Amino acid sequence: MSFIAKPTVAHPDLPRNSRGLTRREYEGANSTLCAGCGHDSITAAIVEACWANDVEPRTLVKLSGIGCSSKTTAYFVSGSHGFNSVHGRMPSVATGANAANRQLNYIGVSGDGDTLSIGLGQFIHAIRRNLNMVYIIENNGVYGLTKGQFSASADIGTTAKKGEVNNQAPIDPVQLALTLGASFVARSFSGDKGQLVPLIQAAMHHNGFALIDVLSPCVTFNDHEGSTRSYAYSREHYEEVVHADFVAPAANITVQYGPGECVPVTMHDGSRIVLRKVDADYDPTDRGAALARIRERLRTQEYLTGLLHISTNQPEFHEQNATPEMPLNQIPYATLNPGAATLAKILSRYR
Amino acid sequence: MPYAAPNRVNDFVIKIGTVNGTGSASANGLLMKAVFRSGVPVVGKNYFPSNIQGLPTWYEIRVTRDGHRARSGQVDLMVALNPETYARDLQEVTSGGYFFYDSTWPRPALLQMRDDVTVLGAPLARLCNENFNGARTRILMKNICYAGVLAALHDLDLEIIRGLLSETYAKKPQLVESNMKAIQLGYDYARENFSCPLPLRVEKMDATRGHIIIDGNTAAGLGCVYAGATVGAWYPITPSTSLMDAFKSFAERLRADPATGRKNYIMIQAEDELASVGMVIGAAWNGARAFTATSGPGISLMQEFIGLAYYTETPTVIFDVQRVGPSTGMPTRTQQGDIRSAAYASHGDTRQVCLYPANPEECFHFAPLAFDLAERLQTPILVLSDLDIGMNDWMCPEFKWDDSYVPDRGKVLDEAELAKIEKFWRYYDHDDDGIPQRTIPGVSSKGAYFARGSGHNQYGAYTEDSREYQVVIDRLRKKWLTAARMVPKAVIEAGNSEELAIVTIGSGEAPALEAVARLRAQGVRVDYMRVRGFPFGEEVEQFLNAHQLNFIVEQNRDAQLRSLLTLETGVAKNRMRSILHYNGLPLAANYVVDGVMAAVQDHSRPAAQLVRP
Repeated sequence: MSFIAKPTVAHPDLPRNSRGLTRREYEGANSTLCAGCGHDSITAAIVEACWANDVEPRTLVKLSGIGCSSKTTAYFVSGSHGFNSVHGRMPSVATGANAANRQLNYIGVSGDGDTLSIGLGQFIHAIRRNLNMVYIIENNGVYGLTKGQFSASADIGTTAKKGEVNNQAPIDPVQLALTLGASFVARSFSGDKGQLVPLIQAAMHHNGFALIDVLSPCVTFNDHEGSTRSYAYSREHYEEVVHADFVAPAANITVQYGPGECVPVTMHDGSRIVLRKVDADYDPTDRGAALARIRERLRTQEYLTGLLHISTNQPEFHEQNATPEMPLNQIPYATLNPGAATLAKILSRYR
Repeated sequence: MPYAAPNRVNDFVIKIGTVNGTGSASANGLLMKAVFRSGVPVVGKNYFPSNIQGLPTWYEIRVTRDGHRARSGQVDLMVALNPETYARDLQEVTSGGYFFYDSTWPRPALLQMRDDVTVLGAPLARLCNENFNGARTRILMKNICYAGVLAALHDLDLEIIRGLLSETYAKKPQLVESNMKAIQLGYDYARENFSCPLPLRVEKMDATRGHIIIDGNTAAGLGCVYAGATVGAWYPITPSTSLMDAFKSFAERLRADPATGRKNYIMIQAEDELASVGMVIGAAWNGARAFTATSGPGISLMQEFIGLAYYTETPTVIFDVQRVGPSTGMPTRTQQGDIRSAAYASHGDTRQVCLYPANPEECFHFAPLAFDLAERLQTPILVLSDLDIGMNDWMCPEFKWDDSYVPDRGKVLDEAELAKIEKFWRYYDHDDDGIPQRTIPGVSSKGAYFARGSGHNQYGAYTEDSREYQVVIDRLRKKWLTAARMVPKAVIEAGNSEELAIVTIGSGEAPALEAVARLRAQGVRVDYMRVRGFPFGEEVEQFLNAHQLNFIVEQNRDAQLRSLLTLETGVAKNRMRSILHYNGLPLAANYVVDGVMAAVQDHSRPAAQLVRP
């Protein structure tokens, strides 16, 4: 467990966002994860992204399944409702919650076991529905809470702490999501806050399913030599191809980019992402090419990172279902109830 | 024991055996409605295979002047149109009954098998081949043609039949004429060749006014619309699918904004039953009235999630339209096999609130009740219907809706109420009824809490502390006792006997009530109770203790209701004796009467002595 007692009073000089809130007001309970856990860095990035996005805490809904990663939704934005559901089934709870109220912001945090083994079915169906939510996988290649078994994302040849070698091919959530038609697919590393924070900011503004697969080393069970998910290995083998700079609605782009390197993408709500191509040949709007490049580089164990694919014109879940703007949980009963006279009319057909 | 009234007018059973996928359903529906519109009470039962085309299927129409609602267990006229089942269909006919078949292909050998059955043959296929063109039309018209034969045999009013056809084909009047032509072909053939009408005839009555014919799934789907449900999530499974189909079709008509086309509901076809109940839990937690419908295999899959809903105290409405188990079982046959697994769904100390409708009108009225109870009690509510109620045609008093109904959303704190309190504690028992307060996401940060299936204390925080854990789990028990006062009371008909009683559940009601009437007619004094909810109210235990011997009538092998009564009341086991029926067909009164009479006659001594030690 790594925590320091958090003071309850914020320093008056702490910077405030447009809601007048400090970063402290986007924090949650103390983390109970191991000291140095990659997941805690991701939690910090979520706090930063929510603060920077001026999220009103009550409008955020936090969802998770079971596992180390799924505990973390308690560690950010304590002013939001959260639902820590059952193992691998967070997507269905998120789908129902989203169905009831389309106007809240849904963020799901899951792990590689929760998403790629027990929850694979629900994960891919949430993608298929283009559910409007941010889905973060805290991907460490092992089961931490049960002490170090390989997960479905473990690479061939990676070793467990006691030397066992994994011989089964990994399931890569990024390739899977691209194949299934996901509209926002990103990969990042828990150690790269500069990349991760704007990705989360952009994901929260994306109108549809936004996947961020975050390589997040497990310091206790998967940070040794021989592991392909250690801090050292991840740092050596990851390569950013597209950097996303998030630009809030109404803000001006002040940074100057060289022509040809940048692709501005306008989001559903008017905000923008400026994609800086670190690799000039990589096109994040071309799903097929992106997939081919990711696959090619994975053969040499290189993880391409950044906003790997985005498309802003795919209808999300509520658009597909033609629901009204007003959340279903707020429609007055008088509108929903057809009334006694209508019942009599309906039943006249059953005589 | 066969039961035959001397006067067979408006009291007989027609059974029609065909091949599924040939369109006989419309002919059968037409016949049933024609009886109903003659003012005579009627019961329809469909025995169909788990198959799309080519297997044997039967439809049974019971004409019942006394207004019974169960099947009778006997067949007075068999309409045999599937040569594959001729032999067994003939065997099933009650002595003195009739066997009608398509004599285009005569079957002299077969027909000598029973000398106590009158065989009637009409060349339906030949008549239709001579009068209609096209293979599909000829097959369809052959069905309508037998309806014409039956109209003559049972003296049905052809004008009523024409009226029904006109309503069905309001948009295709030419079909009315071709159908009437087929009816007339059969009708005329029967009048010329048989002595019509048979003693099994329909005579107009006035006993169906104010009634409708509807199945329980349609009724429950309609009930969910009236309950104000906005989220339905499901995975297709027989026999529950038509409940969701009904909700969808009513909602499409009643809940879509004609100007914008926007729909005030959402139907999610989930990837499996785990996901469907997960969606219901997510939506209900987020403040919508949400529900799913499934059958036994789905209930098995949902167990973990039902436990989550129980422990996080999330309103969750689940309709379980029971079918024959175990495992895949017989998907198109009926049983009450989930009584136990629903009551104790999920691991750990869980008990679930269940409602047991007996017929479509209760399916309709229990739907809003289920949502009210789910939100009032903040717990899953399982509504246990079955295939017999859900998919068969029942004559019911027309449902009435009370426009003053206001949904009970339970103890939900809104923004203003939250502003008044110092701190919101999600699992705290403020009112000493075991029911805590809850908040809806998005309303106020002050009401924010973290729902979790892991150990939590009464303030809503994670805990592994023994005492804190126990405070919550003990409060849940208190809530359970509150639930026992809220579920619908048992239906009780007492005062006839201190010795014998018949106790049943769900679709057992119709045959049990008929059995009670028949037993009383035979001089056996007997009381009656039907359990309608779990946990059992105190009236259930009182009733059982007030009778020396209670026959527990249910439709499963393992006496699941009796098990539940044994575990959940203090009633001595030997006061309860089972009458069990579990072959997949709906229970008939004969079976109950025989079960009771066997016990009474075998011993020819007071019921008190029938009680086994």
